[in-house]
Amino acid sequence: MIIFVPAFAMWLKRMTEIKIAYFAWVRERVGVADELVTIPSSVVTIEDLARWLSARDEGYASAFENPKLVRAAIDRVHAKPHDMIGNAREIAFFPPMTGG
Amino acid sequence: MAARVVIRIQAEAFNVAKETEALSSPHDDLGAVATFIGYCRSEGGRLAALELEHYPGMADEEIKRVVDQALQRWPLSAVSVIHRYGVMKPGDGIVFVGTASSHRAEAFAACEFLMDYLKTQAPFWKKEHRADGTIGDWVEAKADDDVAAARWKIGS
Repeated sequence: MIIFVPAFAMWLKRMTEIKIAYFAWVRERVGVADELVTIPSSVVTIEDLARWLSARDEGYASAFENPKLVRAAIDRVHAKPHDMIGNAREIAFFPPMTGG
Repeated sequence: MAARVVIRIQAEAFNVAKETEALSSPHDDLGAVATFIGYCRSEGGRLAALELEHYPGMADEEIKRVVDQALQRWPLSAVSVIHRYGVMKPGDGIVFVGTASSHRAEAFAACEFLMDYLKTQAPFWKKEHRADGTIGDWVEAKADDDVAAARWKIGS
């Protein structure tokens, strides 16, 4: 059994490492355009992730200070705060869109 | 007949005559082409430029989803959506939306629907560059845009 442990640990790590991308003023406040993050298993929804990120430092806290102004996408599809992250590979946070 | 769909996200300017011509490729039942062009404006001289940021992986996919909804709703023979990113000067075209159908009502409606949805769903953001050379604020989304999109009564 022991020999399976490292493989299982690697699998777990891969499952929880996720790319997070930020756009517009969310990106400016956070200070990076994207990053690879290993999120704890307690983080289940988009809302959880935003709360967890805000605890990292002042930049993140400022980006997420008004949750109503931050939208999200899971694997490049619009998502709601209660949507589950699941096995997503890419989460994005951004302000309401102003294209067109 | 499958509709001819063009979706492009690009830095370069688009040529309105060429894009309109492409929508109008003749077929027996072509009756109407409607086009909309959104331009960068100076807000009465206050702005030198608008800088458009986008989410490269998502923008084209999201526009495709919006175009698919339009195709399900109206009998269109062609749809074009071209959205630019980068720095735009006042007078530069930012977005081109065109629809072709047998009748004007469908072409107009689909064109307006596409614009209303692009405004609220396509991942683009505008930042102001002021006329005095300083970088301004990010443009805030307008509640009116959500109202305009909501009146089509399709999921958010």
